[in-house]
Amino acid sequence: MKDFSNRYIFTFSAVMVVSVAILLSLAALVLQPRQERNVEVEKKMNILSSINVVSEKSTAEQLYDKYIRDSYVINSSGKHVEGVNAFTVGLRAEQKKPLEEQSLPVFIAVMDGGDTLHIFPLEGKGLWGPIWGYVSLKPDMNTIYGVTFDHKGETPGLGAEINTTPFESQFLEKGLYENEKYVAIKVVKGRATPGSKHEVDGISGGTITSKALEEMVHDGLFKYEKYFTENRK
Amino acid sequence: MENKEKEPLFSAHRIKLLTDPFGQNNPITVQVLGICSALAVTVKMKPALVMAISVTIVVALSNVIIAAMRKAIPGRIRIIVQLVVIATLVILVDQFLKAFAFDVSKQLSVFVGLIITNCILMGRLEAFAMANDPWPSFLDGLGNGAGYGLILVIVSFFRELLGSGSIMGYPIFEKIGLYKLGYEDNGMMIVPPMALITVGLIIWVQRSRNKNLQETR
Repeated sequence: MKDFSNRYIFTFSAVMVVSVAILLSLAALVLQPRQERNVEVEKKMNILSSINVVSEKSTAEQLYDKYIRDSYVINSSGKHVEGVNAFTVGLRAEQKKPLEEQSLPVFIAVMDGGDTLHIFPLEGKGLWGPIWGYVSLKPDMNTIYGVTFDHKGETPGLGAEINTTPFESQFLEKGLYENEKYVAIKVVKGRATPGSKHEVDGISGGTITSKALEEMVHDGLFKYEKYFTENRK
Repeated sequence: MENKEKEPLFSAHRIKLLTDPFGQNNPITVQVLGICSALAVTVKMKPALVMAISVTIVVALSNVIIAAMRKAIPGRIRIIVQLVVIATLVILVDQFLKAFAFDVSKQLSVFVGLIITNCILMGRLEAFAMANDPWPSFLDGLGNGAGYGLILVIVSFFRELLGSGSIMGYPIFEKIGLYKLGYEDNGMMIVPPMALITVGLIIWVQRSRNKNLQETR
C-alpha cells in the first residue's frame, strides 16, 4: 500500500462522505411513503384488535373504516381539542408535556350489534424499551371490552408474552372502578383472586414488564377520568 | 498481474473461496465470528433466514466495493472507509426491509443495524478484499455470508422446532398431535444461552468429523 498525501486523504474522505450522503438521502426519500404506510396499517391493526376484530394487512384499512366511526382529541379536563388529528398524536412526546397540555386521543368504534365502544391508546416503559397498547371500554366507561398490548424489545418467552392472546384475554370484562373509586387493573404475581374484577395473572419471569404494564394501564387511563364521568351511560 | 495468465471465472481455486466457509473455514464454527447475532436472531427460522440473506448481500457487495477501490484507499483511513461502506449498505438493507418486509424488520429490530458491527464483515474486508480483485472478493463474500447463514438456519431450525414446535411458523407438532400425547415445548430453547449450546454442539460434531480443525496442545 503506497503512501498518500494528506491532501489526497482529505479529498478522498470528502468525496466519499458526500456521495454516501446523497445516496442515503435518496433511498430514504424514495422509500419513505411505503414505510409510513406500513406503520399506519400496523396502528390500524392494533386499534382493531383492541375491539377484538381480527384483521390482516390487506383488510386492515377496510375494516378500520367500517368500525372506527370517529376519533378526536381531548385534554385532561375532558374538553375537546380542535385541530389535532387523533390518529397522528405521538403519545411518547405528549407524555413529556405537563398533564394539562397533553393531547389525549379517543377513538369511537361502532360494532355490528350497534354497541358504541371507546378506545384509548396507552404508552409506557417496559424493562428494555417502550410498551404500548389500546384498551376499549363499553359505554359504561368501566367494563373492558378488549385490549391489545405490544412491546419493542421485551424478553422473548418472558416479558414479551404481554402481546399474546392468553395474557390479553384475561382483561376482558374486567372493571376499572370499584364502588365509584378508580382502581384500574392489578397485574398480580402468581394467581389472581378468582372472580376478581380488577386482577389478572402476571407473567412468571416477567415481573418488571408486568408491573410496567399495570402502571401504564393505571396512569394512562387515569388521565381520561373526567371523560369517563361525563360520558358514562 | 499483467504477465500472469488470466484465471478462468470459476477456477478450482475460486470455487474453493465459495465453498470453504461452509466447512473447514466457517465464520461461526471455526473462526468464531458473528456469534452475537447468531444467538439473537435464531429463535425463529424466518428472521434467521432474512438475517442470513441480509448479511450475505452486505458482505458480498462491500467486498466488491472495497476490492474495486482498494488501490485508491489511503492505508491510514482504510478502516474508516471500510466502515462507511458497510454502514451505507446496512442502512440501505434496513430501509428496504422497513418498506417491503415490515414484519420481519420489526422482529429483527436492532439486529439489522448491528450487522455493521458483525465481525465477519470487517474481517473479510481487511483479510481478503483489501488484497484481491473484485470477482474473487465477491465469491469470498458470498461464501462467508452463506456459511454464516447455514449455521444460523441450522441453529434456528432446532430452536424453533424444540422451543415453539414449529418449522418456518408452521405448527408441525400440533398437526401431528404430539401435544395430545403430553409433549410440551421446551421453553429453554427460546432463551439465548441455548443458542450458544446449539452452536457448541455443531462445533463438536464438525470437529469430531474433521480432525484438522482440532487444536493440538
